Amino acid sequence: MQYICLIYKNEAAGPQPGSEEFGAYIQAYQEFTQLVQKDGVFEAGDALQPAATATTITNHNGKVETTDGPFAETKEQLGGYYLLDCKDLDEALHYAAKIPSAKHGRIEVRPVMVFDN
Amino acid sequence: MLPPFKLEQAINQIVQEEWGRILAALTKSTGNLQLAEDSLQDAVESALQHWSIQGLPEFPAAWLIQTARRKAIDRLRRESNFARLQPEISYLIDLQNRAELEDVEVIPDKRLELIFTCCHPAIEEKTKVALTLRTLGGLSTEEIAKSFLDKPQTMAQRLTRAKQKIALAGIPYKVPCTEDLPERLNAVLRVIYFIFNEGYQASRGKLITRGDLADEAIRLCRIIANLLPKQPEITGLLALMLLHDSRRFARQKANGEMVSLENQNRQSWDKQKITEGTQLIKAALSQQKVGPYQLQAAISAVHAESQQWQDTDWTQIAALYQLLYTLQPTPVIKINHAVAVSYAESAKDALALLDTIAESTDIQNYQPYHAARADILKRAGQVKEAILHFDKAIELTQNTAEKIFLQARKID
Repeated sequence: MQYICLIYKNEAAGPQPGSEEFGAYIQAYQEFTQLVQKDGVFEAGDALQPAATATTITNHNGKVETTDGPFAETKEQLGGYYLLDCKDLDEALHYAAKIPSAKHGRIEVRPVMVFDN
Repeated sequence: MLPPFKLEQAINQIVQEEWGRILAALTKSTGNLQLAEDSLQDAVESALQHWSIQGLPEFPAAWLIQTARRKAIDRLRRESNFARLQPEISYLIDLQNRAELEDVEVIPDKRLELIFTCCHPAIEEKTKVALTLRTLGGLSTEEIAKSFLDKPQTMAQRLTRAKQKIALAGIPYKVPCTEDLPERLNAVLRVIYFIFNEGYQASRGKLITRGDLADEAIRLCRIIANLLPKQPEITGLLALMLLHDSRRFARQKANGEMVSLENQNRQSWDKQKITEGTQLIKAALSQQKVGPYQLQAAISAVHAESQQWQDTDWTQIAALYQLLYTLQPTPVIKINHAVAVSYAESAKDALALLDTIAESTDIQNYQPYHAARADILKRAGQVKEAILHFDKAIELTQNTAEKIFLQARKID
């Protein structure tokens, strides 16, 4: 089963670029990615640019509206994701707990929908 | 052939006893809790029809599981994504062909796997309880709704959503790995104890004892204890519930009025439950992996072995609460510790203990704190101050029986 692990965190929390801890933080991400690759569960994963770079768009009734910023102005913003192929939720949760940002933010684990043909 | 009335009773009894075991086995083989439940429900209806004409089969449980498997195959065949389900259908047909009319004993027992599914951390707390009662207890949605004071429809939706989540999110039917086991087992025990307490003390209702739920919790705990040996906390919980339950008929008058431990007629305590509970807790403690349920059971056992209130070994109880507080630093344990100290040492020592938690606003709105403080003060002769706390405790109590009890205590 495929699970997406959505990484939400307050962008001001946790190690910041340029700080001493930031190197170790990035290192931890590299190690996590290597782990999921080695275990054969890695499908995809990316970090996102900060929420300030987001643009939100709607096309309601044929009218396109564009707004500066993310969909929801909350303290915690989507900062990245991993797509993992695990045998069940327990396995997915085990990996999600190891994502470095779980220490400062939250990881939402969602199964990917499978369509019947 | 049995007369209809008895037959219906016999069928209900078989269904209640075997429901969890059959449902667990079906869930494991179909991989789908909703399908397993629907198919078993079909089989039960079928049983009511067939058995009333042909009488009870030799192995009713086997009859039920085989019929349920057939119903599951039928249901799968009616599904729109029939082609994709072919492997499941073949597997069930294969199981069905190999099966003989076996005794229930040879049906693999998968109840442990199922209870870990129902009590998975990805499921909300109240839903865990409802799911456990439905799948392992075989209680109907209406019965569960009633114990939660919920509308049956609301409860049905809650259960359906949970089963959907289990299926779609891939919550497994398995005993957790060693690393996860302690925490996951804790969740299971918490659910069982919650069921017991709902049965033992209905906080919002009129009557204190709703025996069916307490019995069900004890039955579930026995099953878990058998399936997962060498876990002293399971034994501890079982002992704790048996010891509490031994006082079921002593703790409430016929009119619903609550009787405190001090005033209970100890002759009406259930000796058999006390003997079993005491033996279990001794066995659990001898494994030297002490935990909160074992300590609570040990405290209950100390009460159980005193012939009368005056003989209670308060020094031992105080020591056990002190140890319990180190494992579970909660206000309620501190309060109980203080009460024990008030008997073992002095009211002054007890009040000093209560003072250590009195600061927080939560405590100021916590009924047991005021009830305990009122009682200790009253016994120490500080009547005026006692009354203030009695009034506060009465104000914070929702249970009618308990309100009456506190009123009486205040003025006696």
